[in-house]
Amino acid sequence: MRSFSYTRAQDVKKAVSEVSSHEDAKFIAGGTNLLDLMKYDIMKPRHLVDITRLEMKSIEETEGGGLRLDALVSNADTAYHPLVEERYPLLSHAILAGATAQLRNKATDGGNLLQRTRCYYFYDTTTLCNKREPGTGCSAITGYNRNHAILGHSQHCIATHPSDMAVALAALEATIQVSGPEGERSIPIADFHRLPGDKPEKDTNLAENEIVTAIELPKKGFARHYTYLKNRDRASFAFALVSVAAALELDGDTIQEARIALGGVAHKPWRKPEAEALLQGKEVSREHFQQVADAYLEGAEGFQYNEFKIELARRSIVRALMQAAKTDQ
Amino acid sequence: MEKNTIAPISKEKVTLTINGKEQQLEVEVWTSLLDLLREQLHLTGTKKGCDHGQCGACTILLDGKRINSCLSLAVMHDGADITTIEGIANGEELHPVQQAFIEHDAFQCGYCTSGQICSTIGLLNEGKAKTLDDIRDLMSGNICRCGAYSNIIKVVQEALERSRTA
Repeated sequence: MRSFSYTRAQDVKKAVSEVSSHEDAKFIAGGTNLLDLMKYDIMKPRHLVDITRLEMKSIEETEGGGLRLDALVSNADTAYHPLVEERYPLLSHAILAGATAQLRNKATDGGNLLQRTRCYYFYDTTTLCNKREPGTGCSAITGYNRNHAILGHSQHCIATHPSDMAVALAALEATIQVSGPEGERSIPIADFHRLPGDKPEKDTNLAENEIVTAIELPKKGFARHYTYLKNRDRASFAFALVSVAAALELDGDTIQEARIALGGVAHKPWRKPEAEALLQGKEVSREHFQQVADAYLEGAEGFQYNEFKIELARRSIVRALMQAAKTDQ
Repeated sequence: MEKNTIAPISKEKVTLTINGKEQQLEVEVWTSLLDLLREQLHLTGTKKGCDHGQCGACTILLDGKRINSCLSLAVMHDGADITTIEGIANGEELHPVQQAFIEHDAFQCGYCTSGQICSTIGLLNEGKAKTLDDIRDLMSGNICRCGAYSNIIKVVQEALERSRTA
């Protein structure tokens, strides 16, 4: 690992000013992704600001009936928190579908959102990669692209976002609280991550010196009808080929509201609200779920090794919705 | 600082309680807990497998929770309580999980075993594993290259049953 300098921040303001005043500085909390990338010489910060001493470690109910997850709460403590398990089981299941117990004990909620892609070429410093070194080219487009995007990709990058947690947060319409030199702001999860376009080096719309302080969950948790369906090459400790966070609000067999977010298929958790709206007022049925699945995958474009993901995503949406609705009809 | 220059070697003082003994240490800021344990303190029971958080050989208990020591900077854990495989037994008396690994022949080469044992104890502390599937899932952060999984799972299952009746 390259050498770097280090400071431990005592409050959010100082953390932000430390990162702003050093060249190539990064915040570090759990470190499970950043240190891994530093060892591979993919991320090369010259200064680390340790934020683990900041007071951002609790899970509290909000005035609006939602829940605030502070950024430094570990993924494990979030997934097993009684209020998360009871009111947002979709989030709990999604978190537990990712990584390992050891990693979830260390990784934080803020860091989970900010983890980098697991594109093989991003990790392989002997290859060209626009995300790692802007302007050099994308090796994945003509390479082995089994785990890559089928939606929202660009000619510059076909990487996917690896987080399971973020997929559930997208379905739940969480809000990300951030703090920077200009003060605080809230970013809806849908606008937090971005599509690669011609700037694949940017994963999110967060400024370099902004810090994630909390994740706010709205009141509606879809605790009765939900599924996190994760398809992967082995049963545990693997990233999603395609995952689906499905949540339904039902009145008898009639769908009041449907939320569907896909993971493993794009540079960000994939939502398509106009397709979800097709289910509004409809009866629970395989046929209706198939229509939504088709609408979701409209315009999907695969590459040599990941064409299969399009049909896999379609079927996964149907299955996830069937499971969420607890029906086999 | 200019690009491509090397940051000066910067050391920090940390206090860590390791296997019950409080120690004042000086560490380079980029030293992982794993390297601190192995290279500086010669506690080589904690193994370096992949050094990337994938294999689990470096699993230790940090404030009672299992973590990958390879993905942790020592400097960030000032004040922490660390238990490594060397601190699991009670003197000459093996921890029941250690004893069970021997009785069930839950290893071949043994390289992953210290991580497997620390991970098992972490799993018991967490109290979330209920079924055999849970055990398999919650032990998936520990790879055994020899493939001793079936006996490792038996150890964890037995340990879970013992902890329920204890």
